Amino acid sequence: MAEPVVSSDAAANSQAEISADMREISRQYAESGVVETQPRIDYAPYRSSILRHPTKDLHHADPETIELWAPAFGQRDVHALEADLTIQGGGEPIGERMTVKGRVLDGNGRPVRNQLVEIWQANAAGRYIHKRDQHPAPIDPNFTGVGRCLTGDDGSYSFTTIKPGPYPWKNHHNAWRPAHIHFSLFGTDFTQRMITQMYFPGDPLFDLDPIYQAIVDPKARERLVATYDHDTSEHEWSLGYTWDIVLTGAHRTPTEEDSDV
Amino acid sequence: MSEQLVPTPGQTIGPFYGFALPYAGGENLVDRTHPNAVRLHGTVYDGHGDPVPDSMLEIWQADAEGNVSQEPGSLIRDGYTFTGFGRVAVDNVGHYDFTTVNPGASEPGKAPFIAMTVFARGLLNRLFTRIYLPEDTQALANDPVLSALPEDRRSTLIAAREADGSLRFDIRLQGDGETVFLSYPNHRADS
Ligand SMILES: [Fe+2]
Repeated sequence: MAEPVVSSDAAANSQAEISADMREISRQYAESGVVETQPRIDYAPYRSSILRHPTKDLHHADPETIELWAPAFGQRDVHALEADLTIQGGGEPIGERMTVKGRVLDGNGRPVRNQLVEIWQANAAGRYIHKRDQHPAPIDPNFTGVGRCLTGDDGSYSFTTIKPGPYPWKNHHNAWRPAHIHFSLFGTDFTQRMITQMYFPGDPLFDLDPIYQAIVDPKARERLVATYDHDTSEHEWSLGYTWDIVLTGAHRTPTEEDSDV
Repeated sequence: MSEQLVPTPGQTIGPFYGFALPYAGGENLVDRTHPNAVRLHGTVYDGHGDPVPDSMLEIWQADAEGNVSQEPGSLIRDGYTFTGFGRVAVDNVGHYDFTTVNPGASEPGKAPFIAMTVFARGLLNRLFTRIYLPEDTQALANDPVLSALPEDRRSTLIAAREADGSLRFDIRLQGDGETVFLSYPNHRADS
């Protein structure tokens, strides 16, 4: 391969060097006149992508039977209380209590009903419950940062949680991720499967973050930023955000049966 | 019919999914003691040929008769119901194991395959691929996806049957023997 050899965790570059690379890619994108809606998978400022992206074009496939369906999840799989990440420990977790809610839609605007949504996140101090997270910030014994729910008949989901903190990572020297919540989503067919990250409005780290900036189109990356919604905030209790998620188009028109499983 | 919406961008699964997404029994679509249990295993490699230790894989498949399950219970298995879905995190040397059954052809004459989604730290968006069973050579030759590929690329989608009946399927994200990854009609050109 003609790729330079770069250790994914070398932390060899400064933020200024990474930012200059990102600016150059943005400039080239703006000049291209092409509209992109998804992240580049080949985005060198995110160092660990260098050896982990396919270099050949995706191969076109017409979906066949199994791909036209998605796994079904139900009450057996997910308890309603799993949507509240603030009640999983023996006491209240520390941080800003918040709710995020919205709808999961397919590319045709149809609600994705009774389907699994999974989230995971750092705690208020920017620390994950993960053995490889070495950030010296406190673990919160009352917060795991893991939640699940099933969407409603209108595609709606809602999680109650604690606002995650930003955290450092080893992409380059003094690299910090903007605060985010990871989301995992299924549609009505398997080709709609996706994992993404939800961000918070006005984060000063957006311009510095190569994972966020790998979505080179400014309008496209704003689709990952939730909206502060005062009507979702609760009096003397929590702050509210709304965020709708659009999957790619379904290849099979969902029927009423899809909601009965 | 209705309005066309622009899909939300994907993002990498990152490094810290291990405490959240994998779950007990996720890799066992059937119990190992099932009379038709088949081991499906392999390793995920990067562009240097080094194993990728922080990848998560999902499979979705028909049962042995080619039927698509719409039964819930993939996350909390009852040990009897075939739900068709499995999820596993690779181990420290990039290796994964599923226990499943050989999928039947879901339409007569079609080559049976298992649909797979690949996630990894460093991989900015999910990748889709197919794991074809190697036996029905006539059906493989007629398969529209496989027959549109040159021979050396086609073989990356066909599992090897090992002496003990296991299926071996390695995933090469980049470089020599790079796995064929798929896009579908309703994906945008860049997704
Ligand atoms: Fe994260």
